[in-house]
Amino acid sequence: MTLTEVPAPAAVKQPVRPPRKRLRYALTVAVFLLPSAVPLLLFTLIPMAGSLWTSLHEWNLITPMKWVGLDNYADLLASEETRAAFGHTLYFIAGYLPLVYAGGLGLAMLLNRAMKGRDLFRAIYFLPVVTSWVVVALLWKWLLNPASGIVNWAIGLVGLEGPGWWTDPDWAMPSIILASAWKDLGFVMIILLAGLQAIPNEYLEAARVDGANAWQRFRRITLPLLSPSTFFVVVISLINGFQVFDQVHVMTGGGPAGATQVVVEQVYNLTFKYGRAGAASALSWLLFAVVLVVTLIQVRGQRRWVNYG
Amino acid sequence: MAGSARVAAATLITALLATACSQGSATRTEEPAAGGKVTLRYFTFSAAPDHVKDLDTIVAAFEKENPTVDVQVETAPYDQYFTKLQTSIAGQTAPDTFELNYENFVTYATAGSLLDLGAAGGDTDTSGYATESLNAFKHDGKQFALPASFSTVVLLYNKDLFEKAGVPLPTADWTWEDEQAAAEKLTADGVYGDFQPVTFFEFYKALKQAGGEFMAGGKSTFNSPQGVKAAKWLVGKVGKTMPTEAEIGGTADFDTNLFKSGKLAMWHNGIWQFAGLKDVPFAWDVVVEPGDSQKASAVFHNSVAASTTTKHPREAYAWAKFLSSSNVAATTRIASSWELPPVSDQAVLQGYLKDPVPANRQAVFDSLDSIALPPVIARQQEMQDAVTQELTEAAAGRKSVEEALTEAASKVDALLG
Repeated sequence: MTLTEVPAPAAVKQPVRPPRKRLRYALTVAVFLLPSAVPLLLFTLIPMAGSLWTSLHEWNLITPMKWVGLDNYADLLASEETRAAFGHTLYFIAGYLPLVYAGGLGLAMLLNRAMKGRDLFRAIYFLPVVTSWVVVALLWKWLLNPASGIVNWAIGLVGLEGPGWWTDPDWAMPSIILASAWKDLGFVMIILLAGLQAIPNEYLEAARVDGANAWQRFRRITLPLLSPSTFFVVVISLINGFQVFDQVHVMTGGGPAGATQVVVEQVYNLTFKYGRAGAASALSWLLFAVVLVVTLIQVRGQRRWVNYG
Repeated sequence: MAGSARVAAATLITALLATACSQGSATRTEEPAAGGKVTLRYFTFSAAPDHVKDLDTIVAAFEKENPTVDVQVETAPYDQYFTKLQTSIAGQTAPDTFELNYENFVTYATAGSLLDLGAAGGDTDTSGYATESLNAFKHDGKQFALPASFSTVVLLYNKDLFEKAGVPLPTADWTWEDEQAAAEKLTADGVYGDFQPVTFFEFYKALKQAGGEFMAGGKSTFNSPQGVKAAKWLVGKVGKTMPTEAEIGGTADFDTNLFKSGKLAMWHNGIWQFAGLKDVPFAWDVVVEPGDSQKASAVFHNSVAASTTTKHPREAYAWAKFLSSSNVAATTRIASSWELPPVSDQAVLQGYLKDPVPANRQAVFDSLDSIALPPVIARQQEMQDAVTQELTEAAAGRKSVEEALTEAASKVDALLG
C-alpha cells in the first residue's frame, strides 16, 4: 500500500566491493526478489495500469475502446448511484469495524487466560477466517433465510416474528455486517492475542500491587500497550471494509431495492451487467483514492495514539 | 528518489509492452485437429438443464452430414450467460457460434461482434424461415443471426385445484377481473391462486394489455394511467393471491416448485416449462393470458450467431443454418416441447399439437395473434433493472405505485439520454 522508502541506517557502513562482486550482489538480490516481484508486476501493477487506461475510455467489452478522457470520472462524481454506493460502504464499515474489533478483543482476552481447551477454541474461532467467503455467505444466507432459516425459526419459538433479514432493505446491511464480523472475528482475535502476549506481566502485577482494579489495568496498561496491534487491525479492516464484495454479491447481489449496493458491487455491475467497463475502472480508481487518503490519515494520526513502548 | 523514478518508468514501459504483446499473441492460430477435423464451439443458454439431450440429437445429425466438423457444446444458465459471453469476447476466446436473444441481438450486432452470415455462407436461401423471424435478426440489411427458436408466455393452470374449489376453468375470453376473482377464491389452505413475477418483462406486457405504450419518440411513456393500472395489477397480487418477496426468500425456481407440488393454481410462464411438467401428478392445461383492454402475449426469440473471430466461417454458417432450419432441428424441438422452430412449413408446426399434454396447445399459436415485443434500447440491462427495482419497491409497500412509476420513468429517460 505505502511505498515509502526506508533509508539505510547511516551507522551501518556499506562495505566497498569491487565491481564484479557488486554485480554478483545485485544479481543475488534480484534473484531473491523475483518470486514476489513477478507476480506483483503481472497480477497487480500491469492490471492497475490497464484499468487506469480503461478508465479513460468507453468500453462495453465487445466493441473497441473509445477515448472519452475524464468523462467517466465526471459522470461518476455527479451520479447519485456513486454517492449511494459510497454511503452503503461507509454504513457497512461503521457497523462492521466496531463489531469485529470489540468481538475480537473480547475473544482474545478470554483466550489469553489459562483455561482448558484453549488451543481448541483458538482454532475454532480461526476456522471461518480460512473458509471461502462464498461458503460462509451461503451459510449465513441459509441461516438468515426469512422463510425457512433456523434463526427465524428460533425467534419464532419464543413467540416473536423474525425480520426479513436479507429481503428487507432495512435489515439487509445488518445481515451482511453480522456475517462479515463473524467471519473475520478470528483474524482480529489472533492479531490481538499476539499483542496481548507481548505485554510483560510485570506491568500488570506492578499495577495490581499499586491498587489498580481490573478496569484500570485494562484501560491504562493493556489497551495502550495493545495499540500497535489495534492500529494494524484497524488499517487492515478498514481497507477490507472498503473492498467488501463477496458476501454482498452472494447474499443480496446489492439488493433488496439497492440497499446493499456497495462500491465494488457497483464496479461489478457496471462491467458485467451494464457493459460499462470504462466507468467501472474509473470507479475503482475513485475507491483507490479514498482508501489511500483514509490510510494516509491513519498513518499520520497514529503518532497520537499508537504506543510502541 | 531518481532511481525509483527510473524504476517506475521502466515498469510502466514494461507494462505497456506486455499489454501490447499479449494483445498480439491473443489471436491464436487453431490447428485443425487430427484427421483434418474442424472443432466448432457453440455456446447456449436455452439447452440446459431440460434439453441438453435434444441438442445432442441435433448435433449428432449435423456431424453425420458434416463428418469433418466436431461441434462442442458449452452451456450456461441464462443469468450468467451474457456475462460469460461478453468476457470471452473481450478476452478473445469467443465461441465460434453462440445463442443470442432478441433483446441482446442489437447490442452485439452494433458492436461488430457478429459475422455477416449471408456473406459467410455464400448461399442466400432463406425460404425455410418464417419471414418475420428472419427480419428480427437483420441489422443494416445484413443477416447477423439466424432465428433458431421462439416461445410465448401463457397462463398455465392446475385443473384439479380449479375443480376442487368449484371455480370455472379459465378461457381465452378471460380478462384481468376474471383472473383476479378466480385467484381470490383459489387462495386458501397453503394454496396460492396466482403467480406473476413483478418484473420489467411482466410490466411491459401488462402495459400493452392495458392499452399503454412503453416508450415513444425516444422518451418513456409508461408513467400513464395505463401504466399505473398495469403496475397495480401486478403489485396488487403480492401478499394477496401470490407469495411475498420475504415468503419466497430468494429461493431459486420457487414458482416452478410451487406449481409442481400442486400448491399454485395459476402461473404466468413460458411454454419452455412444458417439458418439465410431464410427470406432475395432477391435470393441468394452458390458455392465452387474460388481457385488459386488449390481449397481448410476450414472445421470446432466440437466434444463433457466429463470432467475427471464428476461424471457420463456412462451418459456423452451416451449423447455424442446420440448428435453426433443418428438419431434424425443427422436429426435435417440437417433439420435446423445447420452444418452437421459426420455420415457414406449417405442417412441421402442426406436429406440435399432437402431444396430448397440455390439451390446449392451440393456445400457444393463438397467443401469437397479438404479441408484445420488449422495448429494446442500447442500455437494455440498466433499464430492465431500474424498472424491476422500482416495481419491487411498490410490491413491498415501500412506495406507492405512482411514486415508483415516476421514479422508474425518470431513470429510464436518463438512460435514453
